[in-house]
Amino acid sequence: MRLYRAVFANGLRRHATYRAATAAGLLTNTVFGLINAGVLLALFDARPHINGYDAADAITHVFITQALLAPTAIMGPPLELGERIRTGDIATDLMRPAHPLAWWLADDLGRAAFQTAFRGAPTFTAGALLLPLDLPADPARWAAFTTAAALAVLIGFALRYLFALAGFWLLDTRGLASLLFLAGPAFSGVLLPLVLFPEPLATTMRALPWASMIQFPVEAFLGKHTPPELAAGLARQAAWAAALLALGALATTRATRKAVVQGG
Amino acid sequence: MTTEPAIRAHALGRDFTLSTGPLLRRTRTTATAVRDVTFTIAPGETVAYLGPNGAGKSTTMKMLTGILAPTRGHLTVLGLPPSRRRTALAARIGVVFGQRTTLWWDLPLRDSLALTRHLYRVPARTHTARLDHLTHALDLAPFLHTPVRQLSLGQRMRGDLAAALLHDPDLLILDEPTIGLDIVSKTAIREFLLDLNTRRNTTILLTTHDLSDVERLCRRVILIDHGTLAYDGDLDGLHALAPAPRTLVVDLQHPADPLDLPGARHLRTQGPRQWLELTGPPAPAIAEAAARHPIADLALHEPGIEDVLARLYRRPT
Amino acid sequence: MADTPDRRPAPPARTYLRLIWTWSRAMAQYPLSLAFLGLAQSLSVTIELIAVLTVFGHARTLAGFTATEALLVYGLAGTAFGTADLLIGQVERLGAHIRSGAFDTMLIRPVSPLVQLAADEFSPRRLGKLLPALACLAYALATADIDWTPARALTLPLLIASGAAICCATWLIGACLQFFIAEAREAANSITYGGKALTEYPLAVFGTDTARWATFALPLAFVSWQPALHLLDRPDPTGLPEQLRHAAPAAALLLTALAALAWRTGLRHYRSTGS
Repeated sequence: MRLYRAVFANGLRRHATYRAATAAGLLTNTVFGLINAGVLLALFDARPHINGYDAADAITHVFITQALLAPTAIMGPPLELGERIRTGDIATDLMRPAHPLAWWLADDLGRAAFQTAFRGAPTFTAGALLLPLDLPADPARWAAFTTAAALAVLIGFALRYLFALAGFWLLDTRGLASLLFLAGPAFSGVLLPLVLFPEPLATTMRALPWASMIQFPVEAFLGKHTPPELAAGLARQAAWAAALLALGALATTRATRKAVVQGG
Repeated sequence: MTTEPAIRAHALGRDFTLSTGPLLRRTRTTATAVRDVTFTIAPGETVAYLGPNGAGKSTTMKMLTGILAPTRGHLTVLGLPPSRRRTALAARIGVVFGQRTTLWWDLPLRDSLALTRHLYRVPARTHTARLDHLTHALDLAPFLHTPVRQLSLGQRMRGDLAAALLHDPDLLILDEPTIGLDIVSKTAIREFLLDLNTRRNTTILLTTHDLSDVERLCRRVILIDHGTLAYDGDLDGLHALAPAPRTLVVDLQHPADPLDLPGARHLRTQGPRQWLELTGPPAPAIAEAAARHPIADLALHEPGIEDVLARLYRRPT
Repeated sequence: MADTPDRRPAPPARTYLRLIWTWSRAMAQYPLSLAFLGLAQSLSVTIELIAVLTVFGHARTLAGFTATEALLVYGLAGTAFGTADLLIGQVERLGAHIRSGAFDTMLIRPVSPLVQLAADEFSPRRLGKLLPALACLAYALATADIDWTPARALTLPLLIASGAAICCATWLIGACLQFFIAEAREAANSITYGGKALTEYPLAVFGTDTARWATFALPLAFVSWQPALHLLDRPDPTGLPEQLRHAAPAAALLLTALAALAWRTGLRHYRSTGS
């Protein structure tokens, strides 16, 4: 456990060195938040209520989304693991007395923790200062959101881990990467809140793991669910995280065997 | 033939401003990379530009190629001021960086060389002849169709050399051309450069950490240290500048305690072999050693240029 | 002496074409990968289009624009940015080239480093972004209620070219920031991709203040908004004079000049600091 704490801390510190990049990212998130909020404000000005959302919900959705982009890495970047597999450096990683999945998870959680504190939270604060966002007074909503956001980070990691491991079997993973980081924003609620999409498209999108990374945490923040619905949503997130991580562990075993057989 | 020098640097200097600290309380400090350097290189010379890491070698190379503008002093390369006439100069010089390629990473070597021909506007007929010559001389044929990223370091360096020479430059600037190469590749590249200099009278200026490059290739050495010129002359003169002692290597038949011999200082021991630095004539020391222990073998090493430079670099300035 | 190299520098346009041709040929060595990446880029444009249509499906009209008219705005913006992305999109990697030393190798060749930078690793997959945008523009031009006078028809190419030039210039200015701040790439994104997002909707949607800024500070209004007003022959809902819609070429020239200045200043800074 102490090993993984150290890996976590290392992941956190490594990102802390990119100060200018963090500030630039914060600026970008805020600008995009304002642009997306502008479109939705105009829309809700024309139609004040759409499928349970109002204008305040919509712009809060936009800034929660911008705040979650970096921690969940839903639009990238991919894990460095992929590059290490491509260059063959992975061989040295496999010799470490640690499970690669746990190692990279600890590292990525360090990154996510840094991004939450120094990019996500400031982005949301900027949005709250510039626009009348819906800030929950109920601590239960904050707690539900925090749990949902943490599970979203886990799902984000699991997806990128599986993608990185695909490098063991695919010669060129760039096409796969472009699809992964295309599907993410489209199906999660980044592009538009999923409530705006017509049926059955909206239901289909909600059935995919990406909805658990943005749309559900946003709805937890907005208090859109009854307690049983909330519990079911969290359970669905946990199930996605568990299933994808299990798949990741399985793929790790296969990949390690392949690496050993081929000599790295 | 013009008698204009290939390179003329007079009181050349280059400072860098470093900003450190947090954004609002930045402190600016000025660091001098090249303080005051003066030298002239005639056409056809082969010159090694040496110095310890951080002495200002790379900065000088960047000024010579026009990448960096000098802070002070006067510099002409092939009669042109590099920083103001960079493009015109670029067409007349060849540059090779050992640490990074000037070829296009994802293109096959052949495409890279073809592109180079267009960028340097080499006529097709000339190009074909020269490419044939370089392909033969540098043995490029086996990997002409391989993307540069898949080449070994030695192959890549030969490709880089070909790219730098396709337009028949008057001056070839090489920054660490043999770094990381195996002995065979190194030798091949040295012989090629020597031949280039002899046949085409191409001026060659190179920086290197491998002093065999210097011994084989360069008749002249310019040594830079702390941004100033420490030496400019031939190799022998460099030896005289900081005379280094000879080393005696004694192979005893059995391992023994460190030898204490007249006119020799014990350096180190490895099994039955011992190294001694000679402070006097070798004969008494050898006689004494033979008298004390059965000796299997003996060797006397003349100081290499590495030793000379090591002593020079360690000297306080 | 016909066999000595021509020591005059190669013309930039020819160098550029030569570079992108070489790169395209190299990329075509992997046709499947190229097709896949191009398809992914087309999909990204299609998804954005679906978003625009979804928003207009709920609202019916925004800022007086119907869905078809919104497609005209999106098509103009997508075409302009798609062209800029295709032609010089690679300049955004300037910071990475500086860090790796690759930019120095561009400086030791006898051709413009800007041309080399813009053409570096050119890939036809970027057509994947331009083609759907062009299709969208063609559809909107055919179906929107446009009074096709000869004058209007003749100004269309000029408007499109001006929009593309503005996008190229914006992209270059964003990239030049990286001469001064190495990690500025993402900050530049808020100008380039942010500008793209802004021009994809009728500008008046964002309110009068934003429209003013995007007209007079960073003239992105001339990419899609003013051209759309001109084509549809509609008064500006933010109240700016109608003469402004003829200013697109002037705005393009001005911003291009500014971008050239930014490049020269950045390059001089680089060569005087070496950072």
